[in-house]
Amino acid sequence: MEKKYWQSFGELNHSEEFQQSAQNEFQEELLPLADLDDKGILEVKTPRRDFLKYLGFSTAAAAVAASCDMPVKKSVPFLQKPDNVIPGVASYYASTYVNGGDAIAVVVKQRDGRPIKIEGNELSPITGGGTSAQVQASVLDLYDMTRLRYPQQKDGKDFKEISTFENFDKLVAPLLTGKAVVLLTSTINSPSALQIISEFIAKYPGSRHVQYDAVSYSGMLSANEACYGKRAIPSYHFDNAKVIVSLGADFLGTWLSPVEFSKQYAANRRIRHENPDMSRHIQFESMMSMTGSNADDRYTHKPSETGAIALALYAKLGGAVTAPSLGAELQKAVDKVAAELAANKGAGLVVSGSNDMNIQVIVNAINEAIGAGGKTINWGMTSNYRNGNDKDMAKLTDDLNAGTVGALLIYGVNPVYSYADAAKLKTGLAKTTAISFNGTMDETTELCKFSIPAHHWLENWGDAEPKTGHFSMAQPVIHPLFKTRSFEDSLLKWAGNPLTYEAYFKNFWTTRLGGADAFMKALQDGVTVPATAVVAAGSFNGAKVTEAQTKIAATKGGDMEVVLYQKVSVGNGSQANNPWLQELPDPISKVTWDNYAMVSPATYKTLFAKDVLHDKGDADTYEVHPEKPILKVTVNGVSIDLPAMIIPGVNNNTIAIAVGYGRQSAEAGKTAEYIGKAANGAGKNAYPLAKFDGESVLYSGFPARLEKPGGTYPLAQTQVHGFTENRPVLYETSLAKYKANPEEVCEEPNKEREMLLPYGGKNYNEDATIYDKETLERPGIKWGMSIDLNTCTGCSACVVACTSENNVAVVGKKQVQKYHEMHWLRIDRYFTGSAENPDVVFQPMLCQHCDNAPCENVCPVNATNHSSEGLNQMTYNRCIGTRYCANNCPFKVRRFNWLDFTGADSFPDNQNPLIKEGGLDEVITQMNDDLTRMVLNPDVTVRSRGVIEKCSFCVQRLQENKLAAKKAQDPSMVRNVKTACMQACPTNAISFGNVNDKESDIYKIRNTEQVHRNFYVLEQLHVLPNVSYLAKIKNTDRHVTNAAEEEHEAAGAKEAHKA
Amino acid sequence: MSCFRKNFNKVLASLLFTAFLSLSSSVFAADGKALFQANCANCHKPDKDYTGPALQGVRERTPDPEWAYRWINNVNTMLETDAYAKGLLAKWKSKMTQFNLKKEEIKDILDYVDAYKPETTDGKSVTGKPAAEDSNYLLYGLLTIILAIVAFILLQVNSNLRKLTDDKEGVRRGEPVPFYRDKTYLMMGVLALFFTGGYFLVQWGIGLGRSKDYQPEQPIYYSHKVHAGTNQIACLYCHGGAQDSKHANIPSVNVCMNCHMAVNKYEGPDVLTHEDGSAVNGTAEIQKLYAYAGWDPVNKKYNDDKDGDGQPDGAKPIEWVRIHNLPDHVYFNHSQHVKVGKQQCQTCHGNIQQMGEVKQFSDLSMGWCINCHRESKVDFPDTAGTGGNKYYNIYEKFHRDMKAGKIDSVTVEKIGGLECQKCHY
Repeated sequence: MEKKYWQSFGELNHSEEFQQSAQNEFQEELLPLADLDDKGILEVKTPRRDFLKYLGFSTAAAAVAASCDMPVKKSVPFLQKPDNVIPGVASYYASTYVNGGDAIAVVVKQRDGRPIKIEGNELSPITGGGTSAQVQASVLDLYDMTRLRYPQQKDGKDFKEISTFENFDKLVAPLLTGKAVVLLTSTINSPSALQIISEFIAKYPGSRHVQYDAVSYSGMLSANEACYGKRAIPSYHFDNAKVIVSLGADFLGTWLSPVEFSKQYAANRRIRHENPDMSRHIQFESMMSMTGSNADDRYTHKPSETGAIALALYAKLGGAVTAPSLGAELQKAVDKVAAELAANKGAGLVVSGSNDMNIQVIVNAINEAIGAGGKTINWGMTSNYRNGNDKDMAKLTDDLNAGTVGALLIYGVNPVYSYADAAKLKTGLAKTTAISFNGTMDETTELCKFSIPAHHWLENWGDAEPKTGHFSMAQPVIHPLFKTRSFEDSLLKWAGNPLTYEAYFKNFWTTRLGGADAFMKALQDGVTVPATAVVAAGSFNGAKVTEAQTKIAATKGGDMEVVLYQKVSVGNGSQANNPWLQELPDPISKVTWDNYAMVSPATYKTLFAKDVLHDKGDADTYEVHPEKPILKVTVNGVSIDLPAMIIPGVNNNTIAIAVGYGRQSAEAGKTAEYIGKAANGAGKNAYPLAKFDGESVLYSGFPARLEKPGGTYPLAQTQVHGFTENRPVLYETSLAKYKANPEEVCEEPNKEREMLLPYGGKNYNEDATIYDKETLERPGIKWGMSIDLNTCTGCSACVVACTSENNVAVVGKKQVQKYHEMHWLRIDRYFTGSAENPDVVFQPMLCQHCDNAPCENVCPVNATNHSSEGLNQMTYNRCIGTRYCANNCPFKVRRFNWLDFTGADSFPDNQNPLIKEGGLDEVITQMNDDLTRMVLNPDVTVRSRGVIEKCSFCVQRLQENKLAAKKAQDPSMVRNVKTACMQACPTNAISFGNVNDKESDIYKIRNTEQVHRNFYVLEQLHVLPNVSYLAKIKNTDRHVTNAAEEEHEAAGAKEAHKA
Repeated sequence: MSCFRKNFNKVLASLLFTAFLSLSSSVFAADGKALFQANCANCHKPDKDYTGPALQGVRERTPDPEWAYRWINNVNTMLETDAYAKGLLAKWKSKMTQFNLKKEEIKDILDYVDAYKPETTDGKSVTGKPAAEDSNYLLYGLLTIILAIVAFILLQVNSNLRKLTDDKEGVRRGEPVPFYRDKTYLMMGVLALFFTGGYFLVQWGIGLGRSKDYQPEQPIYYSHKVHAGTNQIACLYCHGGAQDSKHANIPSVNVCMNCHMAVNKYEGPDVLTHEDGSAVNGTAEIQKLYAYAGWDPVNKKYNDDKDGDGQPDGAKPIEWVRIHNLPDHVYFNHSQHVKVGKQQCQTCHGNIQQMGEVKQFSDLSMGWCINCHRESKVDFPDTAGTGGNKYYNIYEKFHRDMKAGKIDSVTVEKIGGLECQKCHY
């Protein structure tokens, strides 16, 4: 008996409707003539006359299209060609992605003057070339249609353009002079901008700078101030930790600096061939977070119990505190974890995602008790990602309402949307002169008197100090698209400084780095690294611990509690109008385009009397249809209606809701125009559920009232589309077992392979394909990819990178509901083990480029075939759209262009009728706008309707690298080529290269370094994939191997008996 | 026996040596010409002043015969120190590019220049036999028609004769069916129409979207014949992208002005005509260029930049009509073909140095690409592993096959040049 891996409840209990839906692979709602099945042509809804109409139209259209003259095209070369520009050759510039306090060193690919792709900067010791989904997607924000195009002034309800910046300055000057101005910004960690701000404040006495973060870390900062005398966040070193305990911190997905932490985390999770070892990660949390899904052991609790768990842990580690009583199971877990932490003094790390100062004080005390300071926590180098102060923000809100703020300059934040007490802020805003520097007409800008949009970061100079002493430079990669001016330029002007920001920036860094050469080098590299890394512990002051203990003990929970979280895609909502992020499936729920109320199966059963885990019918009614019942959640008097989404592994007393959704203009009808078509209608705003407690804004632990208002709401979920037919597609084991017998984990696929070899007295490997030996030989290069399931965290940066590199179409929510998403690379999420608290395995799935590919031999027009380098080639202009290949693909990675998603058809605007009818979302027109299309990669064909597409192994990159190697006459240059997914990955889970080259990474992984963990998916089909995977290892004593538990234990008992 | 072989070897060696000696002098002369064209021809002519002075006899007129050798490799320093060099700059206004040539190479160039004699051009271009294939088609067509008429007459004669014999033998048949109602003839006619019609329909269909022989009128009458043909300017001087980029790139206006700041009128020898035979005034076309560049030909300077856009006032890029146009689903890279494949521009663009306004020479169809990939050989190292492009060492199998004598060369097809995803992705 195999242990079950399931993606959906239907698959778990094998329900009937689920089986039917699995049979019907291409569900399609129907286009004009599709309802002809089983009926005579005259009886159907579309009768003969319609048929004739379509026939006539298509003939006429074909005739018109064919007889048109060839259009005359113009070639317009430069007037004066800049020396370093060769049209058709991409240039790369180091820069820094800045959003809120996030600062990630990147390299921007620019082609013919347009930035089209963002890669991580490998010179950065912080991120080491890693990126996140948001970084990858931010290039699309540059071409956002809703970006403001000129400075404006409020005129009645609407805004009117101000023709020049000089006029704007003249208008604004009298409003600022002699006033106490407040600068309200997100966390700013740019040294030059901070200096400009201080110069500005000096010019306007009484002014102040308030930093505000949409998702606040203020409680943590206050706790650190109380414990270490420094309002700062230290650097964490997950790579030095053998035991990682996270109290609800989603440090791999959204907490503080996920790219940096993922890199560190993976360093200790990568299994070496010799002496395999890895860190141990324990997660206590209320919801199912991406980080939690990667944990070796995971325990759930009520959100209000977080403090109690921290206290219990501290007490066990010798802290002089008494913890409130916990449930027996939790207490057992705490005891066990405390023992492990105590055994790994100096190699443990405890982090908490809570914004409650008291909890963070206790967490600090725990880290002191386990000797984390100077080892896994570095106070010698602080992290500057978040610096917002909730108390300052609360005071500002009061001051605004009191009318004592002369003018308010808002930059990079949208508090009217994201502040917990937005209503009060709104009334206050009306009482001052508010000037917004935000790039779009967001909820806050709409209420301001002036709008002077700042540049996008790709258009601006800039810098950042993500960690003390680490500087990251930004340089403009494109001339500003619109009449915008950088925030720094405006401040310099208004402070009376004659310099432009560019000149100021240059002076600033030339002085600071000691010369023009050093500045040029820093700009070229993108980062400067401090000469000596300071590692130090902080001096801990435990005075606050007792107070914290009292406050935690006084915490009152409720029967049901709400926890607010961020998704790895949309995050805090600042990039909500980014279609790539909206369409990115959440790693756990696999839902796109919406937020929802995440509940456990048991809670759902209590609420709606439907048992999806055990009742086949209930699983069907819930799962097969996108419509989900609506749940009304009321917290602190604020209600929100959301569809209920069942996720196993959520605590039974918890409802989790993502923030960042529900962007809406003051006038709801204007949302699409102001905020954007992608953000319009996507989810509900959950920020109003957060609460300021006098110290910081809290995001969890509130008692919630639940009601069932009735009705349903459709959610577009991707994962329920696939189905593995109970075939094992991945392998895993525990660290102890792997150490004892490394060959066991991939025994089964290896056996399959061996079994097939002598089949029928022939060499099955060679003879059982339709290709001759010559073709299979791959005389030069043979491309191959390896994906490590152990270091893949599910963060989905690769999915967006692939979308960006390969012009993958966005299809919109309605089409995702019909299973028409186009992602070439998806991350399959499998639940396994107990249905109440399951283990999760992520498996990136893409075209396996099988050497004996089942898709190739069913294509009637040979549109998909094999190359001599082992690529499964897809030729769009040959494809006639039979979809036989997709039908025959065991991995279900082929995507069909059901509609004209890209606007590539000959007839313009043919998407409009479909949008009007409601079959297609309006966001399609956002992606097909001339401005947005500037993001397309010119080396990759934009696919039109009616053709199949799929992963090409980034063949354009392979060809480019081969050409470079030929020009340099150096075959080693094609040894390790980087595909887009591989380059984006923050944990280096993906390797790619030439398998024929024995020096290549991929060859070494498969044949020496990771030989025991190496397996191919569905070995028994003998499709000979070119993508291999490395089995997952969990560092736990629970049962995690592929065999079912009973059998496993029985076998164990037998062995014990034998012994 | 052995004595004979020894002698034979000696004779052979001496023969080879003489052959080598006699070859080498012409080799150097050819080198001089090639070097001159690659490095100097863009700005200098042997016998006429151009952007720079005529080079013939340069060794005699310079301060000392060695001066030119020093000058070519030290332009920048000599311009500051050498009086003669300063004089040159004052006279010619534009600074010469500094080179890094060996002394022998400079000698070859100067020898070539001194020995240069202008070729007598009779105005006729050598283009091979025009449309040989078409005339064959005509011949075949005529033959077919004649044969068809002969066959028709014979058939008619045959039926008449049969009628005569029938009459003679007293066999009575009905009135003979006239040929235009005879089912056999009708059927044959229909079939003939069907196949010829079908053939032309298919040809027309295949030709949709293709534009062989496309020769639009350009905003400026730019003659490749004058530039690349008569004046021998290297293709890559203007279309430098061809060796670095997927695009060959039409040169920007500043590249044109490199020479045309000095060359401001057209004086032949080629006669410029439009497609319809009407004459073109070359000097007027150069004036058009000046308008685009924002150049004031009277004062010999660029217009002032009063509007502050970083360009001379009135300057604007030239909107050329694009001739060679591949569909969007085709990836073509010039540098792959020019730099790696070492193809001549003429292979695909035809005798460009003979064209007035450019005309599309190839049909740029897939069949045309594929044919070339089937036949062209890659620059594979020889059996000893020397020469060729080292990259191809990656194909170990072909090396083994070559050594074993199974193959003697490697075509583009062999290394995957016919696969879909080499051009479509």
